[in-house]
Amino acid sequence: MKIDRRSFLALGLGAAAGTALTPLPWKLTDDISIWTQNWRWLPVPGDGDVTMEIGACTLCPGGCGISVRKVGDRIVKIEGLPGHPVNDGGVCALGISGTQLLYGGSRIKSPMKRSGERGQNKWSPISWDDAIAEVTAQIKTLVEAGKQESLACITGSGSGTTPLLFKRLLAVLGSPNFMTTSSMADSYSAVIRKMHRLSGAVDAGFDFENTGFVLSFGSGIVEGWGSPLRMIRTANDLKTKKVSMVQVEQRLSNTAAFTQALVAVKPGMEADLALGMAAVIVAENLHNASAVGGSSSGFAEFAAMLKQQFSPDAVSAKTGLKSTAIAELARKFADPANRSLAICGRGQGSAPGSMREFMAVHALNALVGRVNTQGGVYAVQAPDYIDWAKDSSMTAAITGKIRIDEAGVGAFAHTDSLLNRLPAKILAKGDSPVGLLLVSEANPVYTLAGTKQVMEAFKKIPYIVSFSATMDETTALADIILPNHSYLERYQDIPVRAGLVKPLINLAKPVAAPQYDTQNVGDVVIKIAKALETPVADAFPWENYEDCLAKTLGDKWEPMKEKGFWTDEAFVPGAGATAFAFPAQLPDEPALAGDEKTMALVLLPKESMRLWGGAVADLPFVLKTVPDTDLKGNQVVVEVNPKTGASLGLADGKEALLTTASGSATVTVTFFEGIMEGVVAIPKGLGHTGSEKYIADKGVNTGDLIAPFEDPVSGLDAAFGTRASLKRA
Amino acid sequence: MEKETEHKPGKKYGMVIDLDKCTGCGSCMAACMAENNVPCKDDESNKLTSITWIRVYRLTNKKPFPETEICYLPKPCMHCGGVGDQGHSPCVSVCPATATDYDHGTGIVSQIYTRCFGCRYCMAACPYHARFFNWWDPIWPADLKKSLSPNVSPRMRGVVEKCSFCFHRYQLAMEKAYVEGRRDLEEVEYQTACTQACPSGAITFGDLNNPDHAVATMKDDPNAFRLLERLQTNPKVYYISSREWVRRAGDNYLKNEPTNSKPRVTAHHG
Repeated sequence: MKIDRRSFLALGLGAAAGTALTPLPWKLTDDISIWTQNWRWLPVPGDGDVTMEIGACTLCPGGCGISVRKVGDRIVKIEGLPGHPVNDGGVCALGISGTQLLYGGSRIKSPMKRSGERGQNKWSPISWDDAIAEVTAQIKTLVEAGKQESLACITGSGSGTTPLLFKRLLAVLGSPNFMTTSSMADSYSAVIRKMHRLSGAVDAGFDFENTGFVLSFGSGIVEGWGSPLRMIRTANDLKTKKVSMVQVEQRLSNTAAFTQALVAVKPGMEADLALGMAAVIVAENLHNASAVGGSSSGFAEFAAMLKQQFSPDAVSAKTGLKSTAIAELARKFADPANRSLAICGRGQGSAPGSMREFMAVHALNALVGRVNTQGGVYAVQAPDYIDWAKDSSMTAAITGKIRIDEAGVGAFAHTDSLLNRLPAKILAKGDSPVGLLLVSEANPVYTLAGTKQVMEAFKKIPYIVSFSATMDETTALADIILPNHSYLERYQDIPVRAGLVKPLINLAKPVAAPQYDTQNVGDVVIKIAKALETPVADAFPWENYEDCLAKTLGDKWEPMKEKGFWTDEAFVPGAGATAFAFPAQLPDEPALAGDEKTMALVLLPKESMRLWGGAVADLPFVLKTVPDTDLKGNQVVVEVNPKTGASLGLADGKEALLTTASGSATVTVTFFEGIMEGVVAIPKGLGHTGSEKYIADKGVNTGDLIAPFEDPVSGLDAAFGTRASLKRA
Repeated sequence: MEKETEHKPGKKYGMVIDLDKCTGCGSCMAACMAENNVPCKDDESNKLTSITWIRVYRLTNKKPFPETEICYLPKPCMHCGGVGDQGHSPCVSVCPATATDYDHGTGIVSQIYTRCFGCRYCMAACPYHARFFNWWDPIWPADLKKSLSPNVSPRMRGVVEKCSFCFHRYQLAMEKAYVEGRRDLEEVEYQTACTQACPSGAITFGDLNNPDHAVATMKDDPNAFRLLERLQTNPKVYYISSREWVRRAGDNYLKNEPTNSKPRVTAHHG
């Protein structure tokens, strides 16, 4: 049979029609999926009983309660705890990602001893007994040589039983060098101590819930300032109530976008704006008479200083704002009907900031009677529940001893700890004043500004003990690691000192069994103390950490285990401490590092809820939410105004070289209309090192580019930015 | 006596997102990833291949500083009902494998991974970029496999995935209700992970057909709008913004065309 064109086509079409009528195409699509999907490496999550357990988040100082969903013994999801005073069921991206810390690759799986050079990341596992014996021996050697003062400790927070166990250990041994990571909370404490003549653990508490007008000097109200979830919730309540919120900043941050009211002040001129407003208030006699009179002091001198140095024209020239606009803002702020509240601490407040700014803003509140009053700022005592019997030898051992960082005495009498001063002290001529350093829940090598100097300083410390649960920049430089449980595997009390008015103590609980060979750092400190024998062991009369916690919390312990937190609902902040000392003179604003001629731009760090710049690095889920206008590939993206970019010959989305007095980095440039001309914004929280591929070696640590600046009053790091240049690469 | 048959409209789950409340914090994105076993790659900065069932977009009014404004817009799958809400969603209409379907009982557009063979017609058809393709096998390094939820199957290389309005939560809630002898759910019993996590309370979720649910009244807010509404895709995600420029950003308008003008498309083929 001859196959002609006609029969060929008929056959072809017939076959096609016939196939279409059979289930073959559908069977094939089904089979394609089956063939391409049955991979043995694809996990099938195991089933089990579903339970919810209560815990507390420790990833930032915000103090959220968490509700942990477990399937069998696995933690599959972290949610917000409904009914918790801070977050009431809400939760941030970082908090949700806590499971990725618990099960992640950065966990340290057993005690380890350094086996290579410092920073080489070579370790050999050792037993807990050996690790504790080794640390104890090192401490003993130091004490026997009479160098107990060279024993130092750095912790993330200064309150709660865990940090205080460290503080106690040091004190009993005779060292006053207990240091903590600084933040704006320390600047606020210093301001309150100085201006209210108070001492002890005082914090600023902000009564946002009852305020009628918020004036924020660069504070990221919805970007992680204070207690992030409380702030986001409250800011939304205020917005619903049509409470006006004004953001003073150099760029349209998420907070400025949220408040829809931006006062674009020149970089570093926030304090001058506050003082300019104060000058208008005093000149127009709008201040609160009882707040400036009575037991307050120094008002006449303060008023004279304002009149002399902060005339409308002078302030207008410095801030770049119209004097009428400043006067209008001042009148609105001073109006008693508005129940105003001014706050400061830039971004998330992770950098302490300058005392000029904090004093100016606090004085502005005081001037119109917004201190220690409803809807204003309160001087609140930190929750005081730790009443350990004081050993007389313990206090005697450190009485009169000067700390390495010189905090708490002389010029820096108002500050507890000045970690930022440590690197220079270590790098000074001679031996390192720190002979043995204990680090717990802190990552100073990453978080301190001036990274290069900090690295050198830490390398000079003879012996570093890290208690970190995860491998971080500081732990990488340690000699021995005694890994802590993660916060989902351990007990820990967490007094929340993040701008709350009512006292709150959270309790982290072991919601998961320990995944690795780790121990609660509280237990380890007690074990070390016991190994050091009398008199040190006598100061630690507890069997273990849980015993210490139960005895310390007393009546609160059982209810806290049940509920996850303790708060005093009925607490009404006292009207005490209304006496206010107005400053007759203010310290100078921090000078920006770098030559103005060659570096015409100002580099400012930006912080957000999606990129965390603290001791805890972004976890994979959070990093995935980071937009490509912050991080592109392995390169950090910096923001400039299109006009600035064009004048420098830069192109949107292209590479450029960013240079400051401290260093330089290749960056990608993005043009953004919402930033002031002449300003470059760089995201904080990148530039981590280590072996975690998802975060390591991406972008640059802002601490590499922005040098620290020591505040003359507090001694804290007051640098808010630096001069910079941006050149086409 | 003959019992009178009660005619109730079917459930139609939807979302109202108040953009005035959204702070752009990204909680919804992370909550969604944790709830739905969404994996992470080492580099997620290429947003074309980054899988985020709900993604927060940044809109700007493009005015020069300091008049610039930003609005954050979280965008999950719109669960389109199509013209006349008959279930002809753009993606459902094109799927050759019936891997995505419109559930008339809930109004949810499903995605059945084991049926999908990765042709990606649905991605091309979706006007909202709500669908994502697995170009690689998912990897959970270290012990991260332990954090996987058994309620959602992990997806494999070669399939499309998207927001399901946390359908597994609906199933669990319905199972519980059936055991308790009920056929209906309270509003709080079925909420998506993003709604629950949002610290701002910007996301409201519920049955658009049930007058007792908040979304039913919120969707009629004078400032409510939907994305590309004039395509007649009939999305079940509504947005509220007090700002005119934001509402206009929800669709492609000519320069002088008024917002909420008549749809250009009145019927679709197929």
